[in-house]
Parts: sequence; structure tokens; C-alpha cells
Amino acid sequence: MTLGRWLPLVIFAALALLLAAGVWLSRNPNREALPSPLIGKPAPAFSLPVLHESGRLVSSAELRGAPYLLNVWGSWCPECRVEHPVLTRFAETKRLRVIGYNLKDERVDALRWLEQFGNPYWLVLVDYEGKQGIDWGIYGAPETFLVDGGGVVRWKHVGPLSDAIIRDQLLPQLTALDGRQ
Amino acid sequence: MIRWLLALMLMLAPAIAMAQAASDPAPLQFNDAAEERRFHALTSELRCVMCQNQSLADSNAMIAHDLRREVLALMRQGRSDAQVKQFLVARYGEFVLYQPPVAAKTWLLWFGPALLLLAGGIVIARIVRRRSGTGTVPADDRQEW
Repeated sequence: MTLGRWLPLVIFAALALLLAAGVWLSRNPNREALPSPLIGKPAPAFSLPVLHESGRLVSSAELRGAPYLLNVWGSWCPECRVEHPVLTRFAETKRLRVIGYNLKDERVDALRWLEQFGNPYWLVLVDYEGKQGIDWGIYGAPETFLVDGGGVVRWKHVGPLSDAIIRDQLLPQLTALDGRQ
Repeated sequence: MIRWLLALMLMLAPAIAMAQAASDPAPLQFNDAAEERRFHALTSELRCVMCQNQSLADSNAMIAHDLRREVLALMRQGRSDAQVKQFLVARYGEFVLYQPPVAAKTWLLWFGPALLLLAGGIVIARIVRRRSGTGTVPADDRQEW
């Protein structure tokens, strides 16, 4: 009979544990970011115009051979301005090619944005319809992909990059890539 | 005062309607009613990736407009509903499906509620059996309940 008496308390404790687990699991402030199904798979094939050279197209095949960081941005995106100094600092280390993916923008606005804040990119690709962005699973900006020399997506981050994210997530990925080659 | 407020709201109503219309730069054009029905049924089963508590059909996010256009284009290429869903899952993950597939990692999600119901049923059955077993009929049956 003692078990029956303690049962409500046991149920209460179990419920409290369940709720605590829920709180603990949602501790990640970036929990709305979707995990990309592209990780470990070949990056989508693309052929996109270059912002600074009208008429030139760059394809995914041309970028093979060395890893690159693909950073989705737009002049319309306030978080991209937050990320901009972080990305600039990282690009200046020349660890790998940082390629801009100018999403759903206007050419004049994009050029002015880069003029005003500085251009951290080795190359800026343009996708103003957002059609090829769907193949990447892009749903906003900023988003950042790490693609290795073989054209395989290794890592993705949704939301602005920070020094901590670069140090704790991106750099270990790059070290792993160096080890694999 | 209330009359004034009502008049103000009536004046604002068309402005709100126009703002709604202007937010979609290129509304989708359907060939026929059947296509429109199929499109609405399909997009209401898909989750918007940006504003995650809305379906693709309801959302006004930029990406939702693009994905709706893409879904319609895929439908017109003759893809089945399952193929359209597969197209989106390959790019955005299973999150886009309101009904996730039954797999080992979703067993808890699918069968958890039934399991809880079963556990509750067992507890109630045990309590009922114990009470009926002890014979709790009061000796004094004139007592009112």
C-alpha cells in the first residue's frame, strides 16, 4: 500500500523531469535552424553569374579542387551586417576562398552595400530569382556552407556567423578536411 | 467615440486589403479548379521552413512564395504529390513534412500517445480492480453519498 501512497509524488517527479528535459533540449538559441540534408552529399550543380563581371558565369565544376565557404547574403538582410565584420576578419586569414552568394537582391544595391561596408569575398555569385538557392536548401540569409575540394557539403550554419562559431565549429571542420587530404 | 473608431476602421480596411495584395508580387495563376484544389491540398501538408508554425499555403515569407511557385512548376511537370514532397525533403529535410514518415527514430512520435493511453488504462484498471476487491460497501447503508 505504501507504493500507492507515493505514486502521485513519483508521477510528479517524472513529469518534472520530462519538462526539465524539454527546457534543456531547447537551450540552443539557434534551435529554429534546420539541419541540412545536404551534409555529406555533393553540393548541387550550379551555374551562376558573377556580380562584378556581367556576362561571366561560374559553375560548380570550376570551383572544384579546393574547399570554399559559401556565404549567403543580401543588402536587404540586417543580420548580414552583424555578421559582416566577423566574416571579414575570417576572410583576411586567407584560410580558404570565401564566396558570396548574393540572394534575391538588386545589382546596384548589392554593389553599394559592398562599397559601403567592404567586400570580404573572393568572388560574388548572383541568384536574384532564388531558383538555384532552392537546390541548396537556402531559406534565408545569412546562411553559410562549407564545401570541400571534392564538391561535397561538409557543414552548414544558419544565421549570422560569430567568432565563437568559427572557432568551435568551422575551424575543426577545416582541420578535419586537411587531415583527409 | 465608438462611431468615430468604426468609421476610422472602415476607412483603413481597404488599405489593409491593398497591403495584403501588394505583398505577393506575382500571384500564382491556376489553369483550372482541379489544379488549384490539388495545389492547396499539397501545400497545406507542407511546412514553411522560415516561419515554422505555418504551412506553406498560409505563409507570407519570401521563401514560401518561392517554394509555392516551385511546387506549382513541379506539378505542371507531371510530378506526383509524393515526388514533390521528396523534392523538398531532399533539400530542406523531413522538417517540411507535417506528417513525418514512420521510421525507427519517429516511433516514439507516432506510437507514444497510444503507449501513454495504454499505460493510463492499465493504471485505471488496477485501481478499479483493487477497489472492487476490498469490498468498500459501508456497513451502514443508510449513509448518504
